[in-house]
Amino acid sequence: MRSLEPWVEAPLTAFLAESGARLTLLMTSAGQVVAQHGFVRSLDVMSAAALGAGIMAATSELARVMETAPLESVTHQGKALGLYLAAFGTPRGRWIGLVVYGSETSLGLVQLFFARLVDDLSRTAPAELPPRQVLAEDFEHELNSSLRSLFGR
Amino acid sequence: MSSLHSVLGELTPLPGVRGALVVSRADGLVVADALREDVDGRAVAALAASLADRMAGVTRALGQPEPVAWQLVGSEGLLLAAPTREDLLVVVVADPAVNAGELRLRVLRAAERAA
Repeated sequence: MRSLEPWVEAPLTAFLAESGARLTLLMTSAGQVVAQHGFVRSLDVMSAAALGAGIMAATSELARVMETAPLESVTHQGKALGLYLAAFGTPRGRWIGLVVYGSETSLGLVQLFFARLVDDLSRTAPAELPPRQVLAEDFEHELNSSLRSLFGR
Repeated sequence: MSSLHSVLGELTPLPGVRGALVVSRADGLVVADALREDVDGRAVAALAASLADRMAGVTRALGQPEPVAWQLVGSEGLLLAAPTREDLLVVVVADPAVNAGELRLRVLRAAERAA
């Protein structure tokens, strides 16, 4: 498990142990990765984050068209794997969790322990830091630094 | 298949029963429930399905047929679950003082009716 935010590690470790999830990705609603477990390649994690954020943006827009409250989670159930995608509020803004699970666990367990993860994150989140300006010349360095943290390279 | 809610309705009047659920065994989700407010149905469903799955694995490994019911007894209550033929579970959460024998009979009958 790798995380850009140290305070995320304990709640995420507990979630992984209890839910039996194979892959987990926590990201901001803009698709910026906060933590990941199980992904091997940076390209995969960036693609999954972009697609997950896109799906949640599409469902939010669908809810707006239907004049209903934003849809909070999406589940795709396959024969071998299931995918659970859920948006939730944190003191650091709105985040999205993407969880891939297999037949060794169940959607019910994933949903149950994901709800606990959301509670734990809300409880342990430190106060919001003032936004830091990222200059264009720093962007590549910042991105590479984040990728190193997420993949330990 | 009988109406699932009518099946649950035969379990909940028994003194000491805190709630009854029909749970999808494959994904651990609530299909129908009749619960007191203090019972977290989502948690019961997920954990009961997981328990049933693991216990079925144990009996398979021992070369035994699947049990007709599982009973989990704790200091503050008990959980009784029985599989149906439709890949569902009938689950009851009860106080320790419940008449466990009668409850077991009712749960087995409910699992037959829910099949």
